[in-house]
Formats: sequence, structure tokens, C-alpha cells
Amino acid sequence: METLEQKGIRRSDNGLFEDKYMLDISQLTKIYPTPKGDYVVLDDLDLKVKHEEFISIIGHSGCGKSTLLTMIAGLNPISRGTIIANNETVRGPGPDRGVIFQSPSLLPWMTAYDNVMLGVKQVFAHGTKKDRDDIVKYYLSKVGLEDAMYKKAKELSQGMQQRVGIARAFALKPKVLLLDEPFGMLDSLTRGELQDVLIEVWNQEKITAIMITHDVDESIFLADRVIMMTSGPRAKVGDILEIDFERPRLRKDVLEHPDYYKYREHLIDFLEH
Amino acid sequence: MKDRSIHILNFVGLGFFEPAIRLAAGEETKKNLIALLKKVFLPVLSVGLFLVLWHAGASYLYNVEKDFKIERAKEASGDAGVALELKRIETGESSINSLPSPGAVLAAFKTLLADHRSITAKKAAFKEKVAATNAKREEQGLEPITYTGRPSFVDQIFTSLKTVFAGFFLALFLAVPVGIILGLSSTLRSSFNWLIQIFKPVSPVVWFLLVYMIVKTMTLSYNGDVSFIISFIAVGLCAMWATLVNTTLGVSTVDKDYINVAKVLNLGVGQKVFKIVLPSSFPLIFTGLRITVSVAWMVLIAIELLSQSPGLGTFVWEEFQNGANDSNAKIIAAMFVIGIIGFLLDRLMFTVQKFVTFTEEAAA
Ligand SMILES: Nc1ncnc2c1ncn2[C@@H]1O[C@H](COP(=O)(O)OP(=O)(O)O)[C@@H](O)[C@H]1O
Ligand SMILES: [Mg+2]
Repeated sequence: METLEQKGIRRSDNGLFEDKYMLDISQLTKIYPTPKGDYVVLDDLDLKVKHEEFISIIGHSGCGKSTLLTMIAGLNPISRGTIIANNETVRGPGPDRGVIFQSPSLLPWMTAYDNVMLGVKQVFAHGTKKDRDDIVKYYLSKVGLEDAMYKKAKELSQGMQQRVGIARAFALKPKVLLLDEPFGMLDSLTRGELQDVLIEVWNQEKITAIMITHDVDESIFLADRVIMMTSGPRAKVGDILEIDFERPRLRKDVLEHPDYYKYREHLIDFLEH
Repeated sequence: MKDRSIHILNFVGLGFFEPAIRLAAGEETKKNLIALLKKVFLPVLSVGLFLVLWHAGASYLYNVEKDFKIERAKEASGDAGVALELKRIETGESSINSLPSPGAVLAAFKTLLADHRSITAKKAAFKEKVAATNAKREEQGLEPITYTGRPSFVDQIFTSLKTVFAGFFLALFLAVPVGIILGLSSTLRSSFNWLIQIFKPVSPVVWFLLVYMIVKTMTLSYNGDVSFIISFIAVGLCAMWATLVNTTLGVSTVDKDYINVAKVLNLGVGQKVFKIVLPSSFPLIFTGLRITVSVAWMVLIAIELLSQSPGLGTFVWEEFQNGANDSNAKIIAAMFVIGIIGFLLDRLMFTVQKFVTFTEEAAA
């Protein structure tokens, strides 16, 4: 039993081992039609993600990482293959999958509070007004914005806007959180801060997370597994690295861990070849 | 206080006063002097230069016409004719109707204001005179007697403003909703594209005639102010296209990120339109509305002229046909009034635009 748990296989209510993975991607292919003919971005890509697992995806620019993520989110049609999220085939966007975009994509004319409330209202339409208000305030304070809740989004710094983005995604209580280089536009100091915020909220919520990044250190610090994608066209999963650090992790412990440089070298080695 | 007034001035688009205020407050004298020179002194200088050129051109044209008249008098009846013609010109009996000089225009403007004061006085006197009668008529259920004399220049300005605003709101209520619907549906957009492309360039005069044909028939048994109705509808229809096209464009090109947010948050159609699509197209919609106001004001003169609505267009036309000594000067005075009001209307729209849109860069 112990080993099954470790592999991410759980016993479901009826005792059958069917609820295996939170996300099961098989033979996924994406073809973009272009004036010069079809461009096959992803070809027969397979990936399985366990419950409550945090995986990060790295790969060269243009290999199809965003394409993969938007297909999981249901924002981009699938050419061939299937994506099963939470035991349901993905056919479009849904509240079970939350997304944090690279640009915070807040509505600049609304306050931070209203930006989070917009989705909360939709997903918790049956709750009371008080419940919704509590949810919004809870997540905004979780990301350290209790004092800036009622500021217009455009008045917030990039880093603070992305904090709102994190709060907005978690507040909808998704089963899977999808992040597309969420900190790529931030300076390294702010990036570190936001990694801490993200991992702290994630530790409490324990949801499945898939994060694209081009930052090797970020991927090691955050993930249980790092998925390395081959360069396109026809990209697929090239290699997978398991990161065996204890959770909750402290940045200092991770950096001082003897395995850290081994992992780092492995990833850089992959990217350079 | 200082910062506040600077902020307000910038907000209503009169930012060129900023250096003067800063200078008065004794701030960075040199920098603000240069700014003042650039923003206020040079524009004033160019206006002055314009006046000088205008004056020179006007006297030149005056002399051309005068010389021609004298030449003709000489041909007809020799030196005696020349003396007589000179005298006639001096008394204004033989009028020289060329481009009036700046001084003449200013004088005409003053005449118009004096005229306005005397008409206002007349109206007040008339009202007093008929007050008792009107009270009686009202008891008997009759229409009160109203002043039917000639409107003053200022009255005509207000008539024109009323027409422009009515036309503007007509354009607003037609073009914005239709633009939103077209923006949301690419099918509807391509269905109506031809009609829009055909109607957009139709000239104000033709719009007037079209509206005239329809409204005339529909108001056969109505004895209110039909000329006002015709002119404001024609103005609205002429001016609404910029708003229609801009609204459609704004709604159909909402940032893809925002649309993705709407999808990920599972927003319904209503939420999507009112919370995301509309606010993000506000800058373009308001750019359209600003163009609509200026177009409305521009076509107004031609349309009023045709519809005989008692506004500035009618004023200009009547003065032109009148051909009195100062008619041309009055027309030019009206031209400046029209221009300045147009400028103020644009500033007004600019201010409203800044109030309702979220990015200040968008309101250039
Ligand atoms: N809508 C599209 N149409 C055609 N080609 C596209 C489209 N979107 C992305 N691509 C191409 O697909 C490839 C993968 O893009 P993307 O998924 O954004 O890469 P990544 O996120 O890994 O940098 C790129 O070569 C890109 O040019
Ligand atoms: Mg990308």
C-alpha cells in the first residue's frame, strides 16, 4: 500500500484503483496550421501528474510549453490525444483548473478585491455574500495584500499584481493550478518573494500544480518533479528529474543541500544539449 | 492649492497654464520661464503674426476692390466721377465687400453683443407687457403669447448648442449599443459591413435631405419645431459613424489576456460584456465620441443653413445674403465663435474621457 501511495495511486471509495492521477495526458499532439503548412508543435506527448504533486516544466523557448499549458487549461483546442483532469476529459476551461498567467492579466480598472471577487462570485454563486467576502479577504491577506485590497490594479506594482493573480487563482479552489512563467517578468528579488508566497499558500491548499519556468533554480526549489521538454518541432517529454527534498522546504536548506548542485547540473546539462 | 490648480488644468486639457502657475509660485524660475515661452508666448506670438498677416491681406484686398471701382468711375465720367466715387465709398454708400479686417470683425462682434442686449431688453419688456394677458389666456386654456421677434446672435448660439447636444445624444444612443453588438459578433459585423461602408461617407447635405423626406411626412400633423427635429437627427446621423466604428473596433479587439481571464473564471455573457469588454473598450469608444462631437459641430452649420433652424448656420447664411456693410465681418466673427466653441466642446469631451477611462495614455 505504501508503495502504491508513493506512486500516486490511491484507493477510491469503491476500493478500485481508478483514481490514479489528477492529470493524465496521453498521446497529445498539437498542430498549428501555418501559411507554410502544418506546424507540429507537440507530438504524442505523454505526462501523468499525481494528486497534490507540484511539477515544473522547463524547455527551450518556443518548444511548446505554453501550448501544452493552454491546452490543459482548455483555452487551446487539442489536435489529437486526450487530457483527463480530475477524471474528466478536458473539453474547455473549467473551475477545476485555475490559471496564473505570465502577465498578471488583472482588469486594471478594478480594485484588487474586485478582481478576485469576479471569479469568486461565479464559482461560489450559491454561498452567502459574507462567505464570498471572507474568501476574497482571506486569500488577499494570504498573499500579503491586506493593506492594498482596495487599490486599483493599475496602481499596484508588477509584483503586487502577480500576488493578486495568485490570490485570484487559489480563491476559486481549483483542483489543478496551471502557471505559465508567472514570475518571468519580475526582478529576482521580487521573484524570490513571490516563490515563497506561492509555496506557502500551496502548502496549505495542497492542490496539484504545474508550473512552466525558464529558471532552473526556481524549478528545483518548487517542484517534486521537473519535466524537461525536448526542443520543437514535435516536442515531447525528454527527461524527468525527481527532486527529493523534504517539504515544507526552506530556501536556505535547499541551497545548502548536497544534492542541489547535482540536480542543477542535470537540468543545465539537458538544456545545453 | 497650487498643485491642485495645476492638476485641474491638466485634467481639462489646459495644461499650458502650468508654467505660469509654477512661475508665480517661484518654482525653478529658469525652467518654467522656458516652458512658459514655449507653451504660451510662442502660441500668442503666432496668433499675433496671424492677425498682422490677416490685416495686411485685408487691406490689400480692400485696395484692389477700391482701385477697381475708381478706375471704372474714371472711365465712365472722368475726374468728377472719381471724386464722387471716393465720397460714396467714404460714406459707405458704395460698399466694398471684401475680406474684413480684424478691427472690423471685432467691431462686428461688439455690434452683435449690443444687439443681443437690446433684444434681451425688448423680450423682457414684451414679457412684462403681456404678463397680464397671458395669465388671462391661461385661465381660458389658451396658448400664451410668446415673443416672435428676431433671435439675437447669442440666442442662435444656444439654439446651435441645443441641436448639437441633441444630435450627439442621438448618435450616442444609436452608435454605442449597435457598435457593441457588432463588435461581439463577427457574423453580424460582416453582414452589416457593406451598409456601414456605404452610409459612412454620405455627405451632411444628403443626410439632411434624407431626414427631411422622412421627418416631413411623419410630422405632417405636428406643428412643433420641425426644423429643430430635422437638424438634430441629421446631425446625429452624420456624426455617429466615428462612434459606431470605434465601438465596434474596441469591442472586437479586447486584449486576448482579458478574454482568457473571462474564460478561466467561467464568466457568463453578461459579466463578460459589462465587466471586461466594455471597460476595456472605453478608451476607443470615447475617442469615437470625441470625433462625433467635432463632426456634429462641423456639419451643424451646413445642416442648420438648409433646415432654417434658427442657429448659427442660419445666421451665417442670412448675413451672407444680407450683404450689408458689416455682413462679412459678422460672418467672420461667427466663424471664430464657432471655432472656439468647437475647441471648448472637444476639451469638455477630453475631460469626460479622462474621468471614465482607466488609462490616461489612451486619452491623447
Ligand atoms: N496560434 C499559433 N499559431 C501558429 N503557431 C503558433 C501559435 N502559437 C504558438 N505557435 C508556435 O508554436 C511554438 C510553441 O509556442 P509556445 O507554446 O508559445 O512555446 P513556449 O511557451 O515553449 O515558448 C512556437 O514556435 C510558436 O511560434
Ligand atoms: Mg511560453
